[in-house]
Amino acid sequence: MSRDLSVKVAGITFPNPVIAASGTYGFGEDYAPLYPLDRLGGISCKGTTINEKAGNLPPRIAETTAGMLNSVGLQNPGVDVFINKYLPELKKNGNVIIANLAGATIEDYTSAAEKLDATDVDMIELNISCPNVRQGGATWGTTCEGASSVTKAVRAVTKKPVMVKLTPNVTSITDIAKAVEAEGADCISLINTLLGMRIDIKTRRPVLHNNVGGFSGPAVFPVAVRMVWQVANAVNIDVVGMGGITTWEDAVEMMMAGAKAVQMGTAIFTDPYSPLKVIDGLEKYMAENDIDDLSEIVGTVKPW
Amino acid sequence: MEYKCAEYKLIRKKALAENIYSFTIDCPDAARLAQCGQFVHIRVDGFTLRRPVSISEIDRRNGTITIVFVIKGHGTEALARLNEGDDVDMIAPLGKGFSVSSVPENGRVIVVGGGIGVPPLLQTAKQCSNVTAVLGFRSYGNIILEDKFRQACSSVMICTDDGSVGEKAVVTVPLKRELEKGDVSAVFSCGPLRMLAAVAELTKEYGVFCEVSLEERMGCGVGACVGCVCRVNRSGEEKLLRVCKDGPVFNAEEVIL
Repeated sequence: MSRDLSVKVAGITFPNPVIAASGTYGFGEDYAPLYPLDRLGGISCKGTTINEKAGNLPPRIAETTAGMLNSVGLQNPGVDVFINKYLPELKKNGNVIIANLAGATIEDYTSAAEKLDATDVDMIELNISCPNVRQGGATWGTTCEGASSVTKAVRAVTKKPVMVKLTPNVTSITDIAKAVEAEGADCISLINTLLGMRIDIKTRRPVLHNNVGGFSGPAVFPVAVRMVWQVANAVNIDVVGMGGITTWEDAVEMMMAGAKAVQMGTAIFTDPYSPLKVIDGLEKYMAENDIDDLSEIVGTVKPW
Repeated sequence: MEYKCAEYKLIRKKALAENIYSFTIDCPDAARLAQCGQFVHIRVDGFTLRRPVSISEIDRRNGTITIVFVIKGHGTEALARLNEGDDVDMIAPLGKGFSVSSVPENGRVIVVGGGIGVPPLLQTAKQCSNVTAVLGFRSYGNIILEDKFRQACSSVMICTDDGSVGEKAVVTVPLKRELEKGDVSAVFSCGPLRMLAAVAELTKEYGVFCEVSLEERMGCGVGACVGCVCRVNRSGEEKLLRVCKDGPVFNAEEVIL
C-alpha cells in the first residue's frame, strides 16, 4: 500500500520530503530525460541573482575523499530569465518550486525578491553564503547582523514563505538561526557547503581556480546532522536539513535530528536516481514501522 | 537532449597500451542515441564524482558503445579493475559531438589526435567518407587504435615525439602539409590543450572549419551544476560555457584554449 509521504514546511505542502538542493539540479531541465521531475518533493533552483552572473574561472570542481569541492561562483542567467524561461516549465510539471536567491547588496536581494513575489514560486530560499560587497566581501551569513539584515529586508518585500539557508562556516550556528528567526524567516535550511581547499602537489596550485571552495558530499554529513540538531533545538520555525545525505537512512537520521524535510545535492552527481531511491526507502521505512505521517519522527532523537 | 542512466554489461575489455584500456559496453538504448564526439559518465564504486570518458566507437547494430581511457588516478585505476561480465553504471550519451553532418558530401576531412585524445576521432573518422588521420603519440609503445584508423581512413599519418614510428614531429607538421593542398573541408581534433591551440591557429590561418574536443573535470555531466566550464568567445562576448553540455566539442575559432 502506498503511503502519504507529504510534509509541510512553513505552510507549504511538499508531496514528499526529498528536495533537490540548489546548485546541483539547475532548473530541472537537465534531469528531465531521466524521470518525471514531479517525483521529487520539490526543487530548489539554481542560485539566482538580480543580473546575469558569469561565475568563477575554471577549474571549478574537484573530488575529495567521500566528497567534493566546488567554486562555481553563482553562474546564472539572472532572475528575469529564471522567471520567464524556466519557472513556467517547472510549474507546468506541478513541482513545488523554491527560488534560491543570492546577492551582493541588500538592494540586489530586495529587487529580485520583489520580482519573485509576483510569480508562482512556492518559496524563496535566501543564499546568504555569498559576499556582501559593501562590507569588504564578508559573507552575509557569518554575522548575526548580516544574516538578519538580509532576512529583514526580504521579509518586508514578499509574502512568500522565506527560507534562510545558513552557512556552517560560523562560530555559533544557533545565534545566526535565532537572528534570522527574529527577523521573520519562516524556515531555515542548512548546511550550505563548508569552506575547503586542496592543493595539487605536482603543480603546487590549488585544485580550484578560486583557491578555496565549498566542501560537500557524504564526508560532511555528521557536521550537518550536528548543526541541524542544534538549530532545531534553538528555534521554533521549521528546519530543512541537508549536507551529505546519500541514502534513505541518512534522510531518516536527519529528520530525527529535527529536519521536517531534506535536500540532496552531491549524491545526485554520483547517482541521479538517488533522490528517488531515498523516497522509496522512506516509504518502505514508514510501512515497516507503521508510520502514517513522517512528522512523527521529526526531532525524535533521544540525546544521552 | 535525450540520454540514459543505467547499469550495463561490460562485454569486452582490452588493454591497448600501458595503462590504456578499451571497454565495449552492451547498451542498446544508449548506442541508438550516441553521436561521434559524445561521452559517457561512469560511476566508480567508492568515488563521489563520475568519470567522463569519450566514446571511441558506436555499433548500433550490436547495441554497443566502446570507450577508451587511460589510468590517471585512483578512480580510473578502480575502473580498470572491472572485468568482462561486470556492470558499468553509466550516463550516456552526453554532450555535443563533432558536426560530421555539416561536412559537404565527399568533402575531405582531417582528424588530428594526440595521445588519449585519439579515441573519439575513430567514430568520427568512420562517419566521414574521405578522411585522413594525423595521429601523434609519445613513442612506439603509446600507439593505440592504429589498425582501426587504417580501416576507417584513406590515409593515416603517425607522428611520435621520439621518431620511433612514423614522422618525428608534432601533428601540426603533417597537418600543415595537408592544408597546403587546399582541398580540406573540415578538421576535427582532440588531444592536449597545447596541441589543440596549435591546430586551431593553423586551421584559422588556412580558413578551414575546425572543431576541437575538450576535457574537464565534471560534476553532474548533464549541464546542471555548471562545474566544468571553458571560456568561449561568441558574438564578441566572452562566455563561460559548459564542457559537458555546450561541448565537449567546440568551434576552434570560438573557444579560448
